[in-house]
Amino acid sequence: MLGSLAHVVRHHLAALRMLLVFTVITGIAYPLVVTGIAQGLFPHQANGSMIKDSGRPVASALIGQNFDHPPRTDQTTPAPDPRWFQPRPSAAGSTGYDPTRSGASNLGPNNATLSKTIAQRRTAVAAFDGVRPGSVPADAVTASGSGLDPDISPAYAYEQVNRVARTRGLDPAAVRRLVAAHVSGRQLGFLGQESVNVVQLNHDLAALK
Amino acid sequence: MNATLAGWLQIIALVGALGLTFRPLGDYMAHVLTSPRHWRAERLVYRAGGVHADAEQTWPGYLRSVLAFSMVSVLFLYGFLRLQNHLLLSLGTEPVAPDLSFNTAASFVTNTNWQAYSGESALGHLVQMAGLAVQNFVSAAVGIAVVAALIRGFTRKKTDRVGNFWQDLTRIVLRVLLPISLVMAVVLVAAGSIENFHGFESITTIAGRHQSVPGGPVASQEVIKELGTNGGGFYNANSAHPFENPNAFTNWLEIYLLLVIGFALPRTFGKMVGDNRQGYAIVAVMALIWAASVAIVTANELHSVSSTAGHAAGGMLEGKEQRFGIWASALFAVSTTLTSCGAINSAHDSLTPGGGGLTIFNMMLGEIAPGGTGSGLYGILILAVVAVFIAGLMVGRTPEYLGKKLRGREMKYASLYILTTPAIVLAGTGVAMALPGERAAMLNHGPHGFSEVLYAFTSAANNNGSAFAGLSANTVWYNTALGLAMILGRFLPMVFVLALAGSLAQQQPVPVTAGTLPTHRPQFVGLLSAVILIVVGLTYLPALALGPLAEGLH
Repeated sequence: MLGSLAHVVRHHLAALRMLLVFTVITGIAYPLVVTGIAQGLFPHQANGSMIKDSGRPVASALIGQNFDHPPRTDQTTPAPDPRWFQPRPSAAGSTGYDPTRSGASNLGPNNATLSKTIAQRRTAVAAFDGVRPGSVPADAVTASGSGLDPDISPAYAYEQVNRVARTRGLDPAAVRRLVAAHVSGRQLGFLGQESVNVVQLNHDLAALK
Repeated sequence: MNATLAGWLQIIALVGALGLTFRPLGDYMAHVLTSPRHWRAERLVYRAGGVHADAEQTWPGYLRSVLAFSMVSVLFLYGFLRLQNHLLLSLGTEPVAPDLSFNTAASFVTNTNWQAYSGESALGHLVQMAGLAVQNFVSAAVGIAVVAALIRGFTRKKTDRVGNFWQDLTRIVLRVLLPISLVMAVVLVAAGSIENFHGFESITTIAGRHQSVPGGPVASQEVIKELGTNGGGFYNANSAHPFENPNAFTNWLEIYLLLVIGFALPRTFGKMVGDNRQGYAIVAVMALIWAASVAIVTANELHSVSSTAGHAAGGMLEGKEQRFGIWASALFAVSTTLTSCGAINSAHDSLTPGGGGLTIFNMMLGEIAPGGTGSGLYGILILAVVAVFIAGLMVGRTPEYLGKKLRGREMKYASLYILTTPAIVLAGTGVAMALPGERAAMLNHGPHGFSEVLYAFTSAANNNGSAFAGLSANTVWYNTALGLAMILGRFLPMVFVLALAGSLAQQQPVPVTAGTLPTHRPQFVGLLSAVILIVVGLTYLPALALGPLAEGLH
């Protein structure tokens, strides 16, 4: 009995030693080697594809941002700022686009609250952009999976051109050209779908005179 | 190019890439599992670990090593999570609560990677890379080791030995998982995924607001999370998060990685049993089920079938990323639930009733098309045993598979394997629905809320790990119940698989005669597919009727 117990203990100690060996190889050495190579060869990507203004990081090109007015105390949700292209609705954090709280709404396909929210968003976006409610594209009224989606559809970007141009006093044609330059096609011609990165678009918009 | 053509092309490219790697990777894994030679690095591992890697084990010996390694892993990871605030790179995180630590430790050791925590707010970098990612490697290797033992049961005769667990484990990690991960992690970074040791970086945004941008060794963990069909995301949003999955190319690559080992293992099987056609029959069944599932989910999502929210929005984009769109999201959802991966690139809770229901059904099939690394192949081989047995009953002959007789003893192990997971899923869901507090954890009401609970137990017991994430599962009850479901759903089937391996290895093969059922022809592919659908359909239909079917018909 005592002999078999000693055997069991020995067996588990060997198992623990094997686990520690694998921890060193796959848990320490492997990520350090990958980090070394990544930082050496692709430092821009490895550090988050940051966009900088005079050396100061203002965005990651991959992480969406809010483009709204600073929230007033009497408001629960901040109002979108008409001078910027607006991103998709976001379920990350209470005000959206909070990278410390990535995630989706998780509302079901027949959830009554979700259908109501979508209808309200449609009305609000149509009024904000001055278009018919029926023409507002689906990505403008739905929250993404990560809550950090930096992209919108080209249709939603073009819908916002007149509003942005008007509030900034810019030529709509110039703004439209800027959007066209930011439409990224499918990768390799067939992967994913055409998108406009709102973060990069707005960053370049700020420089447009 | 229109969206439909592009959608088809990315599926065709995926099938083509998987087809290209089928032979070389399958043959290579067969070589790794049968070669008599050790690498020098492996000898060092055996010496450092203090194990005998040359002594062949009986099936109980092999099982004891699997269980000892897994139990030690659960305890180690539990301690790691409880003490993480004292460690390097903790980023100021708190120790993880006892019930959540148990759940998470069980989850990663069992290759489930169910996550009741949110990565960016709950965990430091060290516990992610040296705790969780280590299990991503070894739990995947354990699955392949167990199926290697089962295949040896078919190939060996008159022996009680099924291989050496430590040798299988070490070789799979060092020769298969680690080299592929190293290369692909660098590819992911080149394509935009991050790999650093920063904490949150505070920035002033373009519009002058405040945002915290996270860091972390993400790419290295992302690769093995897919390749080992683990699925535990570095961040809460998993592969929907732009830092884990920055664009459509990385998305395609991640789907490829989570399928590649599962689809190549039948080649390994055919090679090891000395008849490649046996492997082709198995992979044909896997491919058929996968293709049908992709077609059904994609069609449901594209046409917003039975979804009021989808029709209100003009498309099923709630919970989906713009850069992927519907085609790439549906492809990911199917692939992740037909393997034991459980990574997600869209919110499954917001899929159409048909799409979401099929992701549940995919897991209920036992994740065999192609399934988790190793576990998918042993799952489908057990079903093949059942299919051969049923065919034998029809013609009144003692059934045999690959020259081995399927007698009462073998069928008992196969039946116990088939019954274990449904028992855990249905009992767990039933108990949760009977308790008012646990019912209240549902985010959505009615049939969809029931689907959330059914999804949770199906995902845990099948070691998938994806979720209808609306369910508030971070409670003591759910953490404990789902943790137990994961452990029982992982290790009880392994007991039966290894017992079957031992029983088969002892037999003297019987010669093939005119009356032997050929198991490499289309006839067997059809038979096996039908057996899979009938067995699973009969088991789960009542539960599915209360959830997704009721919602779809509503």
